[in-house]
Amino acid sequence: MTNSTPKPQPVSQPESDRYWDGLKNEEIWLQRSKATGKFQFYPRNFSISDPETGEEGIEWVRASGKAEIFTFAIVHAAPHMGFVGEVPYITALVQLEEDVIVPTNIVGVDPEPENLQIGMALKPVFEHNPDGHTLLKFEPA
Amino acid sequence: MPNIQRLQNLSGQAHIVGVGESNKLGKVPDKSPLAHHSEAAINALDDAGLELSDVDALFTAGWSTLDVGEYLGIQPRYTDSTSVGGSSFVIHVAHALAAIAAGYCEVALITHGQSGRSDRAPIPRNPGAPMSQYEAPYGIIGPPVSYAMAARRYMHQYGEDRTRQAMAEIAVSTRKWANLNPMAYFYDKPTTFDDYHNSKWVAWPFHLLDCCLVTDAGGAIVITTPERAKDAKNGSVKILGAGEGHDHSGISQMPDLTRAFGRNTGPQALEMAGVNHSDLDLAMVYDSFTYTVLVSLENLGFCGPGEGPDFVASQRTAPGGDFPLNTNGGGLSYTHPGMYGIFTVIEAARQLRGQAGERQLDKCDLAVAHGTGGLLSSTGTVVLGTD
Repeated sequence: MTNSTPKPQPVSQPESDRYWDGLKNEEIWLQRSKATGKFQFYPRNFSISDPETGEEGIEWVRASGKAEIFTFAIVHAAPHMGFVGEVPYITALVQLEEDVIVPTNIVGVDPEPENLQIGMALKPVFEHNPDGHTLLKFEPA
Repeated sequence: MPNIQRLQNLSGQAHIVGVGESNKLGKVPDKSPLAHHSEAAINALDDAGLELSDVDALFTAGWSTLDVGEYLGIQPRYTDSTSVGGSSFVIHVAHALAAIAAGYCEVALITHGQSGRSDRAPIPRNPGAPMSQYEAPYGIIGPPVSYAMAARRYMHQYGEDRTRQAMAEIAVSTRKWANLNPMAYFYDKPTTFDDYHNSKWVAWPFHLLDCCLVTDAGGAIVITTPERAKDAKNGSVKILGAGEGHDHSGISQMPDLTRAFGRNTGPQALEMAGVNHSDLDLAMVYDSFTYTVLVSLENLGFCGPGEGPDFVASQRTAPGGDFPLNTNGGGLSYTHPGMYGIFTVIEAARQLRGQAGERQLDKCDLAVAHGTGGLLSSTGTVVLGTD
C-alpha cells in the first residue's frame, strides 16, 4: 500500500538535544544523578532521584547498549496513517543495562509472538532517517 | 496524604439527581461533539427536573469548559476542566461533591461529548510532550498498543493462558449485559468464546474483541445539595466516597505495568464511604480493554495481584452471576466515544435508582464506579449509594 502520511518525528527539546544528537553518532547517552548514581530516561532538567540539586546534579553517561525485552506488542492495526505500510510491527519496552526502560521497536525478526520472549537479549540498531533524526531500535543480540 | 476523617465528613454531602446520554449513540455523523454535550446535558437536567438556567457549576474534559459553557449559553460560577483522560468525569463527580459542600455552587453539571467515530476536528497532539517525543516515532501511539504491552507483561508475570481466558470471559460476559441494553451498540449481537478467539489481532496480545468500541456519544450528570436533592424528579443517589490520581502519562513511564493507580483510589473511596468490598452490589469498571478490567479489579482490592483471572472465571460477572460488572455493556459493547468514564457513573446511578430496565439488578444499594484514563495513567473512583 502506498502511503504518503509521514510518521511522527521526535521534536527534540533543550534537555533532550544531547540524547538525540548522540543517536546520530550511534551512541546512547543517558542522564545519571551524581548523588544517587541512578540513571533516568527520558532526559529532564533535573534528576528525579535527587531533585534539589537541579541541573548541576546531573551527568551524562554513555550507555553500553546491552538491553533485554521488558514487554512487547505486535501491532496489526496501524494507530497512525504514517504506519499503515509498516504493519505488522513490533513495539517494545526494553530494559537497558543501566536499569532504565526505553520505548522502541524490535527489528530483524519476524513479528510473531513465538519469536519474542520477555528477557530476550538485545543489541541496538541505529535507524538514520533522511530528515536527519536517528531512532534507537533493537534486534536480538 | 488524604485526610480520611475529613473526607468521611464530606461523604454524602452531595447527590446525583440527573443522568443522561445524547439522543443517539453509535454512528452519528450528523452531530458535532458539542451537540452531544448539549443533548446529554438537557436530558440529564430533564431527568433531574432542572433546567440549564439552574446550573451554576460546569465540569468537562477533552474540551474546555469555556467552549462548552459558551455553547450551552450558561455562566457558571464554578468551573473545572480537569482533563486526565477517560477517568476525568468520575473525578469531576468528586470535585463537584467538594465544591458543593464548600458552598461554591449548588447545581453542578458534568458533560461529555465526543465523536470518536465521525469527528471532523480531532484534538491535535502536542509534539513537544515526552510521549510524542519518545514513543510516537516508534508507532507507540494511542491506547491499544500501550495497553497491549501492559497486558503482555501481566501475562509474563501471572500466566499467559489464564490471562487469555480471563480476557475472553470479560469480553463475553460484558456482551451479555449489552444484549439487555437497548442503547448498546451490540444490543442485537451476541458473542461467543469462539468469536472472541477468532477475532482479528489489533495489537497482539489483543484481539479485536479485547478492545472497546469507537463511537459517537455524549453523557451528562447533574449533582446538587442533599436539600435540593429532595425535589429530584426521579430520585437521587448519594456520593459517598471518592479517590483520584495518576502516576505517569506515557506507557513507558508507568511504574508497574500490572498495577494502576486504582490501588490507591479504590481503597480510599471505600474507606471514605465506610464500606467494604462485600457491601457493594455493582462494579462499573472502565473497560477500555478487557485487560483494563482485569487489572482494575485487582487494584480496587476485589482480589489480589494476579488473582483477577480466578475472580472473573466461569462467567461470574455476566447476567445472573454473583458479581455484576459493567451492566450497561461497557465500553466493549455499549458505547465508547473515546473518554468513556462518565458512563460508568450514569449506569451506576440508574441501577441504584432502579431504572435499568431489563438489566436491573434485584438488589442495588451500593455501587462503585471506576474510571481509568490515558494509558493506564489516571484513575478516579467513586462509591455511590441509594438515598
